[in-house]
Amino acid sequence: MAGSLPIADNLLAARQLMAFTLGFHIILACIGVALPAMMLVAEYRGRKHGDEVALDLAKLWSKAAAVLFAVGAVTGTVLSFEMGLLWPRFMERWGDVFGTGFAIEGVFFFIEAIFIAIYIYGWKRVSGWAHFWSGVPIVISGIGGAFSVVAVNSWMNQPQGFRLDAAGNVVDSDPLGALFNSATTYEFPHMLLAAYMVVGFGLASIYAIGMLRHPERRRHRHYRLGLLIPLTVAAIVTPIQLYVGDVAARGIAEDQPSKFAAMECIDETGPNQTEWIGGICTDDGVKYGIGIPGLDSFLVGFSTDTVVTGLDQIPDDQEPPANTLLHLAFDAMVGIGTALMGLAAWLAFVWWRRRDIPETKWFLRAVAVSGIGAVIALESGWIVTEVGRQPWIVYQQMRTSEAVTDAGGLWFAFGGAVLLYAALGFFAVVALRRVFRDADAEAGGEGPDADLPYGPPPQPASSGGTR
Amino acid sequence: MSKADVVFAILCAAATLYATFGGADFGAGVWQLLAGREAPERRERIDTRIAHSLGPVWEANHVWLIFALVVLWTGFPDAFAPIMQTLYLPLALAAVGIVLRGSGFAFGHVFSEVAGRRANDVFAASSLITPFFMGCVVGAIAGGDVEAGGSGSALGWIGPLPLLVGVLFVASCTYVAAVFLLDDCRRAGDAELEPYFKRRAVGAAIVAGVLAVAGLIVLRIEARAVFDGLLGEGLPLLTASACFGGATLLGLVRGWSRALRPLAIGAFVTVIAGYAVAQYPYLLPETLTIDDAAGVEPTLTALIVVFFVFLAVVGPSLALLFRLAQKQVLE
Repeated sequence: MAGSLPIADNLLAARQLMAFTLGFHIILACIGVALPAMMLVAEYRGRKHGDEVALDLAKLWSKAAAVLFAVGAVTGTVLSFEMGLLWPRFMERWGDVFGTGFAIEGVFFFIEAIFIAIYIYGWKRVSGWAHFWSGVPIVISGIGGAFSVVAVNSWMNQPQGFRLDAAGNVVDSDPLGALFNSATTYEFPHMLLAAYMVVGFGLASIYAIGMLRHPERRRHRHYRLGLLIPLTVAAIVTPIQLYVGDVAARGIAEDQPSKFAAMECIDETGPNQTEWIGGICTDDGVKYGIGIPGLDSFLVGFSTDTVVTGLDQIPDDQEPPANTLLHLAFDAMVGIGTALMGLAAWLAFVWWRRRDIPETKWFLRAVAVSGIGAVIALESGWIVTEVGRQPWIVYQQMRTSEAVTDAGGLWFAFGGAVLLYAALGFFAVVALRRVFRDADAEAGGEGPDADLPYGPPPQPASSGGTR
Repeated sequence: MSKADVVFAILCAAATLYATFGGADFGAGVWQLLAGREAPERRERIDTRIAHSLGPVWEANHVWLIFALVVLWTGFPDAFAPIMQTLYLPLALAAVGIVLRGSGFAFGHVFSEVAGRRANDVFAASSLITPFFMGCVVGAIAGGDVEAGGSGSALGWIGPLPLLVGVLFVASCTYVAAVFLLDDCRRAGDAELEPYFKRRAVGAAIVAGVLAVAGLIVLRIEARAVFDGLLGEGLPLLTASACFGGATLLGLVRGWSRALRPLAIGAFVTVIAGYAVAQYPYLLPETLTIDDAAGVEPTLTALIVVFFVFLAVVGPSLALLFRLAQKQVLE
């Protein structure tokens, strides 16, 4: 026991460190993938219709992007280091099987970094539509980058595209087979749409909060457009996401029965499985949850007769840990996604009837929390996919405990990372607040727009206006 | 030339470009740090010039590192793992330096408002960290501290060769940064800062030259095989590097303008190529060859294909970015 303790301790520390830094980076990755699209929608509107407010928004969002992309670039680099520093055996054995995806990602990352610089720093001197077009490669490379990175994660869930010899060494690889493994088909669209939801709802929530705090801004075009552009994108994406998520869940039931059984709290294999909403998973079934008989089987195979594999079929040493956590994370993701769908439908209905944002404060309140909700759903989804794959780092090929480093001091590294990232997060928020406050000062300086001839004067900028 | 050799050449190219352009970004941070003693107005001016020069390009420059890492772990997984396992301390510290430096770019003026002027110095100081520890990593590999398969001593990199290479990396970064900044000042018509960076470029060139000679001596003692390779097959490249370095110095003193940047880059490219030739056929001297470290064949082919796509797509884009930046279109 004494000998195995440090490794067990290392495993926990390495997993915590990876989870923390990945959980932090994934938010920034979403912003990198989807924020450029919001900027381009605004810029397109601005150029096409000569809409100065839309152009201002595009400029403002690109300033925020400048800050967040830089933070994302370094937190992403940390992950590249961690791949080797924390999981050297994983990289050693499998690096040449899944690595091609990362090499392709390198190409997209380059394109993204190059054109985001031209876009952000080119507002003054790159003119008109040329500036708009300089943003298009960013959107494309965001999608391509998301594909190649998620393909690697999918590969960990569904390792394909290699051949082993009798000793278990990789002797042949099929880079395309690894890249287009069966999990990529649902993981990639799921993550891409998640990025658009996080950014769409997140950006809209900033404007909703502003409108709630300063009611006079509700008629202000800068805020209305700032809310509407990202919220519309998110509202379009959300129903597609619910469909993709549904497909993904069925894919997981098929490809990774242990993950599915754990996240749905299924103990005994069989037909007519109950779908549990909430609750705590115990050895004697789910406690305190709401059960809908037969629904789980129906969702997996469109019939209550569908047999769903339970944890009884999974060897004890291959069962994912923390079933309740997985189950609740899955429910949180689905629940929030459904609620966001309701929000999207609300906007669509009122827009269809009145060509306007719903007037009630409750709508703004809902939008205000939708951003944080989308982030929670995102993190929950990653908990399901990563914790749900345990104890494997490469599903049914390599255990996470076999991959971990034997280097010392991982808990110190974890503590250091928490401190460093806390500072990073703090300064990023301060920087963003400043960017948006400066814009408020400018937008406020023009006064409320024509359709609000009276009402309280705009709040003078508190501190952001001067430099 | 095997496929593995081709991938090794790609790895060296990416590492060289990171050392040159990423190195210049770190070097500029060192100059910001050293400008701490200047009068506030001049310091402001230097900070502005550096922010203006690096703002548009640093992120693209940084991607070379990611690309090099990816090629290393995909092409040579059997070398990547022992390097990461043995040299985790300097590598983790280099990563911390990258985080701090990147944040410095991201919210430079926010720091100075929230945390005061000193915060900026902390972030400029981080520019010392990454080149130094990257140098330690390269020095430790050259010195044979990283062995195939095994994980060597965690503190093996604390020795004369790695530490000296670390200092050499810092000096080289400041040198190339000063040359680049001088060139940027000239293009922007900043007559005040031109002589400032010119003096510093000359100083840094001399320091880097002296350290390089010292490095050769220590290399002879600590890693004889690499030293012999450097003075054997690597000699033409080493000579070329010395010539480029000498020409840059001459150009600085004589007041050349356009040639300086290419000359400085030439000195970097040739010395790194010389080192790669000296180490050949080893990836980890003298326990792991390039061929033995290489991954499976189809993956190597895929990497080569990706690299050519990369050249076709990223090459012109990067050229466009640098052109726009140097024409002062990006601000």
